[in-house]
Amino acid sequence: MAEVESFDHDVLVIGAGGAGLRAAIEAAAAGCRVGLVCKSLLGKAHTVMAEGGAAAALANVDERDNWRVHFADTMRGGQYLNNWRMAELHAKEAPARVRELEAWGALFDRTADGRILQRNFGGHRYPRLAHVGDRTGLEMIRTLQDRTVHRELIDVHMECTVLELLLDDGRIAGALGYDRERGRFRLWRSKAVVLATGGIGKAYKITSNSWEYTGDGHALAYQAGADLVDMEFVQFHPTGMIWPPSVRGILVTEGVRGEGGVLLNRDGRRFMFDDIPENYRTQTADTPDEGWRYTQGDKAARRPPELLTRDHVARAIVREVREGRGSPHGGVFLDIAWIREKLPNAAERIRRKLPSMYHQFKQLADIDITATPMEVGPTTHYMMGGVRVDGDTQMSTVPGLFAAGEVAAGLHGANRLGGNSLSDLLVFGRRAGEYAARFATEHGAPAVDAAAVDAAVRAALEPFERTGDGAGASYQVQYELQELMQDLVGIVRREEEMARALEQIRRLQERARRVAVTGHREYNPGWHTALDLRNLLTVSEAITRAALERRESRGGHFRDDYPTKDPAYGTFNVVVRRGAGGEMQIERRPIAPMPAELKQVLDEMG
Amino acid sequence: MATELGIAPRTTDAYTAAQAAQDAQAQQATRTFRVWRGGREGGQLVDYTTQVTEGMVVLDAIHEIQAEQANDLAVRWNCKAGKCGSCSAEVNGVPRLMCMTRLSDLPGDAPVTVEPMRAFPPVRDLVTDVSWNFRVKREVAEFAPRPPDAPDGTWRMAQSDVDRVQEFRKCIECYLCQDVCHVLRDHRLHDEFIGPRFLVHVAALELHPLDTADRVPALRREHGVGYCNITKCCTGVCPEGIQITDNAIIPLKERVVDAFFDPVGKLVQIFSRRKEK
Repeated sequence: MAEVESFDHDVLVIGAGGAGLRAAIEAAAAGCRVGLVCKSLLGKAHTVMAEGGAAAALANVDERDNWRVHFADTMRGGQYLNNWRMAELHAKEAPARVRELEAWGALFDRTADGRILQRNFGGHRYPRLAHVGDRTGLEMIRTLQDRTVHRELIDVHMECTVLELLLDDGRIAGALGYDRERGRFRLWRSKAVVLATGGIGKAYKITSNSWEYTGDGHALAYQAGADLVDMEFVQFHPTGMIWPPSVRGILVTEGVRGEGGVLLNRDGRRFMFDDIPENYRTQTADTPDEGWRYTQGDKAARRPPELLTRDHVARAIVREVREGRGSPHGGVFLDIAWIREKLPNAAERIRRKLPSMYHQFKQLADIDITATPMEVGPTTHYMMGGVRVDGDTQMSTVPGLFAAGEVAAGLHGANRLGGNSLSDLLVFGRRAGEYAARFATEHGAPAVDAAAVDAAVRAALEPFERTGDGAGASYQVQYELQELMQDLVGIVRREEEMARALEQIRRLQERARRVAVTGHREYNPGWHTALDLRNLLTVSEAITRAALERRESRGGHFRDDYPTKDPAYGTFNVVVRRGAGGEMQIERRPIAPMPAELKQVLDEMG
Repeated sequence: MATELGIAPRTTDAYTAAQAAQDAQAQQATRTFRVWRGGREGGQLVDYTTQVTEGMVVLDAIHEIQAEQANDLAVRWNCKAGKCGSCSAEVNGVPRLMCMTRLSDLPGDAPVTVEPMRAFPPVRDLVTDVSWNFRVKREVAEFAPRPPDAPDGTWRMAQSDVDRVQEFRKCIECYLCQDVCHVLRDHRLHDEFIGPRFLVHVAALELHPLDTADRVPALRREHGVGYCNITKCCTGVCPEGIQITDNAIIPLKERVVDAFFDPVGKLVQIFSRRKEK
């Protein structure tokens, strides 16, 4: 094997966000030698952007809260397509994981009696999100990162990208990748692999996601033969920035609405009150005043319609704009300045509870959110779909291959509740680490196929040898993919448009195979982008095929040609898998029957 | 950039039309960017001229140049929203995050100079080797909490106790403060001084309501807090507005002085040790 540096680990974790770090810490605690590979510098994974908080039924603010309510909220938000076992484990274990994070140094905002404070968020019946200001993601990743660097058993491979997973007779054997700095290849031999690579936002033009989110883990798992599931469920967060053009997509946290922010159309009307979905009507406020009291902690009040689930709010915004009632730049207004009518020191309170929103708008859009409404619109934000895993162990359908965090599917079903992701990372990061360690301990070292490694190395270097399409083609292909996904497989989907998208994806896949790169191998982003294209195109195809298969509207997936929820479609998830001949296959997988105790919990909660 | 795929715009869709109208209306102009290109052996500034629109930040221009003129232009970036600290560079000689530097804030009549952080070894173009920072972090003693306050294993802390240290925990590890500090940048004392970022890290731990470890001896010796001579250049470049010198470094210096250089304190120490015997 020419020019490949080899490393040996018991467990290899790919991705160093909240889930990856938590998995690495757990595997090391079990005594395994852990390799942690990340594309960006340590501590700069997309987790750093999370603003709202970590949802856990600690019941510090409302004693009526417990795991059963949280479980029911998650299932309702997921439109009952969730992996109920994961929803159950998440609700039960999240409180312990949040307390553990505090024991490791994370400092959350406090209640009056000194415990962890929790805030309201869309879809959660009681205030549940442990948070610190509006930068909980930063707090989480820093705490986990600082613990990781002091763990001798964890070796960090920073700024490395994984190209292929390696298999030994159907079982995981490790991974091959390269370091971005020098462009040299690395082989990580490993008995178990945990994918924690996040989402797919960079397949879309307008997204809140960072550079890294090219669906690497999704594509790697697919190539290795693992099942993907729920790929049609992409979450479009309702409130991203929309002006000026360069900041389009940057997130405006739901926490603004949790603190009393309201959505207004061009006529100054709170349009969310006009269309409250049936299954949330009894939980939603009847009047603006009741909604306000809810955000200020009145336990007798119900949530304002601005705090309904993200899929619903996003579609309501799109409707306002399409029907001509949008804001000047094609969105709606999110107004938190109005709370000065209710509170004496409103401006200071806004700056204290939402400092990074204040800073972001001031610096990038010249807007003072304590005085002026913000213009917002939907942005591609989160991927509910991903690797199909066992609820308890987080193992995929490939032995030894585990997945946790956004790259794994099941917890959130058809739509994710805000706050559930940060606690997802802790709960399932830990489980994936624990079971990956167990798998590594129970299995011998796998054999690495030298021929497969050589083939992967040659394929990665091929763009340098090609001519014809010329320089810049890798960026161009990515740009065109982003445009087509945004237009044809976005918030509102139609059969004919998605069929066209498939055809265009196929043509881009051909062009991607001809992309040429010039220059050297040292930190060459043109080359890196050329290599990322395969993953972006694979996940785009999977999203489109799954979206075509689901002929109904549910959660984050909305079909203009099938605009209602169809109960028949509520009985299965859509699985995507690589066939023997390399073609993408679709299968409808029936949902496993829910145990009686859990059904009873759902019935009680209404 | 026009697409080859002939995606027909949906003219009846007000949502998409609004986005397209935005793009058309945004003011167009061109500007010149003087970008450092090179590697470990050296390099030079190269001029690029590109289209700029309203509200653009320096990172947007770098991306345009990368896509259209210099596909191998190496630049580190991730979130493009001032939260990850990846896109640190020196813009017109000032350490800045490229994603938070609006072109409208820079003098319009001259080229914009974009250089890598000079306090760190170059890798390529705008990317530098910041690995020293990651090695140094391991030298700071880990968080060590006191026993829990409550039977359920949790702690009780007042909001005011927590607020005291939040300023330090906002740090996004952009290393702009490390870049500008003359102790590192000019005197290259990387072996003796951990730099402003890690003094903030020490402060975050020392002032943490639950932490019990004592990092004061290390501050005096391995961490080199005495090297800081309070020129406050670090405070001037922090994108999070952390008052590094006044709120982190000076209080740490005071703790060192109290522990090691206070004659009355020393006497008290000696006598209380005698008492213990």
